[in-house]
Amino acid sequence: MSAAFEFDGREVAFTDGQTVGAALVAAGVRSWRTTRREGRPRGIFCGIGVCFDCLVTVDDVPNQRACLVPAAAGAIVRSQEGDGRGHLAV
Amino acid sequence: MATSPYDVAVVGAGPAGLAAAAAALAGGARVALIDAGRQPGGQYWRHRPGDLGAVADLHHDLGAFRRLVAGAAGAVRHFGQHVWTVSGSAADGFTVHAVAGDAETEVPARRLVLAPGAYDRQVPFRGWDLPGVHTAGGAQALLKGHEVLVGRRVVVGGTGPFLLPVAAGLAARGARVAGVYEANRPAGWIRHAGAVLPVAAKLTEGAGYAAALARHRVPFHTRQAIVAAHGGDAVEAVTVARLDHDWRIVAGSERVVECDAVAVGWGFTPQLELPLALGCATRVDADGSLVVEVDERQTTSVPGVHVAGEACGVGGAALAVAEGSIAGVAAAGVTSAPASLRRRRRALRRFAAAMHAVHPVRAGWQSWLADDTLVCRCEEVSAGEVRTALDELGATDVRTAKLLSRAGMGWCQGRVCGYATACLTASCTGTAPDLRGVSERPIAAPISLGTLAGDPGHIGQQ
Repeated sequence: MSAAFEFDGREVAFTDGQTVGAALVAAGVRSWRTTRREGRPRGIFCGIGVCFDCLVTVDDVPNQRACLVPAAAGAIVRSQEGDGRGHLAV
Repeated sequence: MATSPYDVAVVGAGPAGLAAAAAALAGGARVALIDAGRQPGGQYWRHRPGDLGAVADLHHDLGAFRRLVAGAAGAVRHFGQHVWTVSGSAADGFTVHAVAGDAETEVPARRLVLAPGAYDRQVPFRGWDLPGVHTAGGAQALLKGHEVLVGRRVVVGGTGPFLLPVAAGLAARGARVAGVYEANRPAGWIRHAGAVLPVAAKLTEGAGYAAALARHRVPFHTRQAIVAAHGGDAVEAVTVARLDHDWRIVAGSERVVECDAVAVGWGFTPQLELPLALGCATRVDADGSLVVEVDERQTTSVPGVHVAGEACGVGGAALAVAEGSIAGVAAAGVTSAPASLRRRRRALRRFAAAMHAVHPVRAGWQSWLADDTLVCRCEEVSAGEVRTALDELGATDVRTAKLLSRAGMGWCQGRVCGYATACLTASCTGTAPDLRGVSERPIAAPISLGTLAGDPGHIGQQ
């Protein structure tokens, strides 16, 4: 079974039981967040929910661990800058 | 919640937790089994929902897994639940507090078996924050849990027998493993034959991985390490180097190896948030990890609380199963565990001690760090900033070093950098690393302020 979610405007396919992070790595995406201080790129490091490096915005909720969030068909996944709350600024 | 308490709540459905649940059920107890994953197995037997068939070749001893799952079938499962704390006492009963999204679950129980497991221990090196650098366990999790390769050309490094199945798995699924860099000399095993021979299955397992690496022509280097990673937006190469006995780089031995992914691990760090929240006594194990102190029945210093598996000493899945079985029997309150089980635990612990003796982490890794090498990935605190906190700002313990540098104060709360920060502090102050000072985290999983506010009783305790 294959389905897809949207990541920054492109389609990313996933198979049953994969997380958002696993599907992104499978699609060749290495990073989807920049750090707060230096703006450095980050993706999956620990892969098991320990390190919080792989934070991503899923369906408008920022700071989700991509390595834990199950991929869902039609989800809108967005890469994240800094603390992921830039949209709150006026 | 008015649910009547379970006899036993088991936290963690990996090898230790499954064995504990199965043993407690066999002892006639009503058992709840709680895990963050959506299916049993923990990190060791990690797999996607449904059949294990597609990844069977990546797993070891699936027969044991299936037996344990069948044995634990009578437990009430609370899966997909992230336990953020445990509270209570043997006299008043315990409560396991878990969240799934914003929904909170409270599981009451008379006794607890905590089997939280462990994650890869890390030491920092230049460029280790580049995308494409993964923990060895992370690379393994993507493979076992998702059938996803971290890269096409992978370098594996660190220390410990776990590097072998990681490299073998990557190679089996088509990655080119450019090399395995083991910082110790596994030939040291020969001095520990007495500990290895009684658990011959371990030898067979190790020989199997060695054969797989040979078959895939994976070079295995000893007394060498990945000391830096290079790249722009992702890793493109690593520097590997020979190490002396104390793990200082042998001058002129550095060379660059091209790769698109890295998998590193330096043993394991037990997850102690929950036992520490209950006040369980700890000790430092032979591998330098902080672990929970347990007695013959896997009971901690807190009555009614048992701990099994890596949290009371890193030793692998077979030991975790033995400890879990003993803890489950004890928590069910029946007769003591069979002598054969206690003998097996003893033999496997001797094996673990030999493993730790052969695969220590030596302090020389600290000499690999440049001033601008990140130690804390979350708060982006460099080795130079940690050293400034110690040398110039006057920190004399790891908690002060953390407060002054912010190392360990970010999202992961020091889970990743705690070991390194404690070691850097210890080197500066001439003391033993204070791991307890970097291990206490009153909230073990992210929860909303609303969830926290909805539980005033717990806040009062904290």
